Amino acid sequence: MRKGWRFILVLLLALMVAVAAAGCSGQKPAGNSQSGEKPAAGEQAKDEKFKVAFIYVGPVGDAGWTWAHDQGRKYLAEKLPWVDANTYMESVPEGADAERVLTELAEKGNKVIFATSFGYMDYVIKVAEKYPDVVFLHCSGYKTAKNVGTYFGAMEEPRYLSGMVAGKMTQSNILGYVAAHPIPEVIRGINAFTLGARSVNPNVKVKVVWTNTWYDPAAEKQAALRLLDAGADVIAQHQDTPGPQQAAQERGKYGIGYNSDMRQFAPNANLTSPIWNWGPYYVKTVEAVKNGTWKSEDYYGTMKDGIVDLGPFSDKVPQEVRDLVNQKKQEIIDGKFYVFQGPIKDQSGKVRVPEGQKMSHEDVLGFNWFVEGVEGEIPK
Amino acid sequence: MVGSSLPGPAPAPLFTWEKRLEPSRVMAVIVPVIAVILALGVGAIFLAATGFNPLKVYQSMLYGVIGSKYGLSETVVKAIPLMLAGLGVSVAFRMLLWNIGAEGQFYMGAFGASFVALTFPNLPAYIMLPAMFVAGIAMGGLWAVLPALPKARWGVNEVITTLMLNYVAILWVDYQVYGPWKDPKGFNFPLTAPFSKAAILPTIAGTRIHLGLIFALLAAIMLTIILWRTRWGYEIRVIGESPRAARYAGIKIERNIILVMLLSGALAGLAGMSEVAGITHRLQHGISPGYGYTAIIIAWLAKLHPATIILVSFLFSGLIVGGYSVQTSGVPAATVSMLQGAILFFVLGGEILTRYRLHFGRKEGK
Repeated sequence: MRKGWRFILVLLLALMVAVAAAGCSGQKPAGNSQSGEKPAAGEQAKDEKFKVAFIYVGPVGDAGWTWAHDQGRKYLAEKLPWVDANTYMESVPEGADAERVLTELAEKGNKVIFATSFGYMDYVIKVAEKYPDVVFLHCSGYKTAKNVGTYFGAMEEPRYLSGMVAGKMTQSNILGYVAAHPIPEVIRGINAFTLGARSVNPNVKVKVVWTNTWYDPAAEKQAALRLLDAGADVIAQHQDTPGPQQAAQERGKYGIGYNSDMRQFAPNANLTSPIWNWGPYYVKTVEAVKNGTWKSEDYYGTMKDGIVDLGPFSDKVPQEVRDLVNQKKQEIIDGKFYVFQGPIKDQSGKVRVPEGQKMSHEDVLGFNWFVEGVEGEIPK
Repeated sequence: MVGSSLPGPAPAPLFTWEKRLEPSRVMAVIVPVIAVILALGVGAIFLAATGFNPLKVYQSMLYGVIGSKYGLSETVVKAIPLMLAGLGVSVAFRMLLWNIGAEGQFYMGAFGASFVALTFPNLPAYIMLPAMFVAGIAMGGLWAVLPALPKARWGVNEVITTLMLNYVAILWVDYQVYGPWKDPKGFNFPLTAPFSKAAILPTIAGTRIHLGLIFALLAAIMLTIILWRTRWGYEIRVIGESPRAARYAGIKIERNIILVMLLSGALAGLAGMSEVAGITHRLQHGISPGYGYTAIIIAWLAKLHPATIILVSFLFSGLIVGGYSVQTSGVPAATVSMLQGAILFFVLGGEILTRYRLHFGRKEGK
C-alpha cells in the first residue's frame, strides 16, 4: 500500500505542475492582447451594447448554410458598431437542446435572437412566450407571434437560373439533386431548378436523393456519388457543405453549389451556386428593433432585394450560357418573369398551374408536389 | 525519457507494471478524479494556446451547468436518459453481455410509447401514461431479446447484432416520422403530431425535469437490490466473473442471457419513453443524439455500479449542457468535444492504475 501512496503523491505533484502551467499560460492571452486584458472594463462597455445572438444548426466552418449566416453576423457587427454580435451557438440540434440554448441566450440579455434553422420553430415560439421583451427571428419557418418574426428568401429565383446552367451543360440529360429534408423549402428549390433546366433543355430529368440531414459531409457526398452512378453529370444540392461538389469533382463531372460560392472547394466541377446574402437583412432588422419600429412579419426577400443571388460563374460556363442566364436574371429582377408561372405540370403530367396563372405565395410556401421532370418521391 | 512498460529486457527500466491481485479501491476513487483534473489541465493548455482564457471558459461552463436554477434543472433533464440507458447497459455488461444496442432500444421504447399516444389520443392520463410506460419497456425489451435469442442458442456475437439493430430501429422510427405518422400540419418536416396533454409526464414546476427522474432513481435502487440481494443477481455476477464456474454451479446461462437482455433493453426503452413523454412530447427524427452510446461510456466509467452511474450521468450531462454554454464565450463547438474526449482519454487511461501497480526502479526479486 505504501507504494500506492507514493505514486499518488507523484501524480499530485504532476498535477500541480500541470495546473501551474495552465495557470501561467492562462494569463498569457489576458496579458498580451489588449482585448483580453480589458475584460473588466470591456465587459461593462459590452453590456451597454445592444446584444444580438445567433443559433446555428451546423458549425460555422461548414462552408455553406451556417457559414453564410455567420458572414451575415460579421457584416452586422461591422456595420453597426453599437451592436454586440459576438454570441453565436453552433451545431445546435433541432430538438430538445434548442429550447435550452434559446432560453440561455434570452437569459443572457440578448435583445434579438436569430434562429437559423427550420426545426427550431416550435422551440422559438415556446421560449418567446416567456421572454416578451426579446425579439426572435426564425429563418424559414411559418409560425409567428408578437415578438417572433420569420425571414427567408426567394431562393427559387437563383435556383431557376442555376437550373438553366445545368440544363445547358449536361450531356447525359440527367441532373442529380442531393436534397436534405422533404419539406416545402427543399421541394420548392428542386422544382425551380427543374423548371429552369427544362426551359432550356426539355429532355432533362432531375433525379432526387434525400439524405434526411442538413449537415453531414460524408452522407452528402455519398448521395452525390449514387446520383453520379445513376448517370447524372451535373450535381445540384440542397445541403450545407460542399461534399456533393467534391463528389462531382472526383468523377470529373459538374456541380451546382448552394449557400455560398463553392468554386474553391471543387474548382474543376463547380459551375455556379445560388447564394444567400443575409447581412443587409440582419442590419435592417436589428436597426428596426433598436428604433422600436420593428413589427412581427413574414419577410420573404427576393433577388431584387439582394438577399439571394446567383454566385459567380466558373470559367467552365461558356459566354452564351452566361448571357442567356443574365438576361433571365434581369427579367426576374424587373418583375417581368416569375418562376412559378403556368403552365406547370406535376410528375403525372397533370396541369397544376394553368397557363397565364401564377402560383400564390401561400402555395409556393407549402409546396408538396414535384413538377414534371423530377424523378423522385416525396415521402407521404 | 520515458520508461519502458511491461516487465522488460535489459537496461534496467525506470519502472515496471505489476498486476494487482485485487483492483485497488483507493485508486478506483482517486484515479477518475485526478483524470478529470488532468484533462481540464490539458484542455486549459489547449484553450490558452488557441487564444482563450481557460479559467473564463471553465467558469462559463460551470456557470451554465450549476450557476443558475435553470442550468441545474437542464443538467438533470439531460441526465435522465443517460441514467436509464446507462443502468440498462450496465446490467448486461455485468454478465459480460456486450449490449451495444441501447441506442436502438431507446428508439424502440420511444416508438412504443408514441404508438400508444398517437393511436389512442383520448385516453385519460391515468391510463395513458401507464400504457406508454409498458409499451416503452416492452418495445425496448423486445429489441434486446431479438439478439439475445440467437446469442443464447447459437452463441451469435451480440456485439454485431445489437449494434446492427440500432440502425434498424433508427430507420424504423424515421420511416414512421417521414411517413405514416408525419404531422399533417408539419409541412412535411419529420415530426409526429404533438401528443395530447394526457400523454405528457408531469414535471417539476418551472423546469423540464419530469417523472423520468424518479424512474431512473427507482431503477438504480431496483438494480442494486437485484444484483446484491437476490439469487438472480448472484447468478448474474457469477456468470460475469466466470461463465465456466457458473455452469458448474448449475446456473442456466442461456436463460439468464435472455432475462438480462430483456431487463437491459427495457431500461433503455424506458429512457426513450420518458424522453418523448417528458421532453419532446412527440416522436421526431434524431430523437436521441447518441444517448445509447454515451451510456456505454458512462456504465464503464461508473464501473457498472448503479449509484455511480447516476453520478457519472450527471457529470456527462454537465459536460454536454456546459458545452453549449461555453460557446457563448466564443469557444467553437469542436473545442468542447475535444475537452470531452480528453476527459475520457485520461479516465480510461488511468484505469490501468486500478488493476496494475507501478514499481519504480528495478523490480524486486529479479
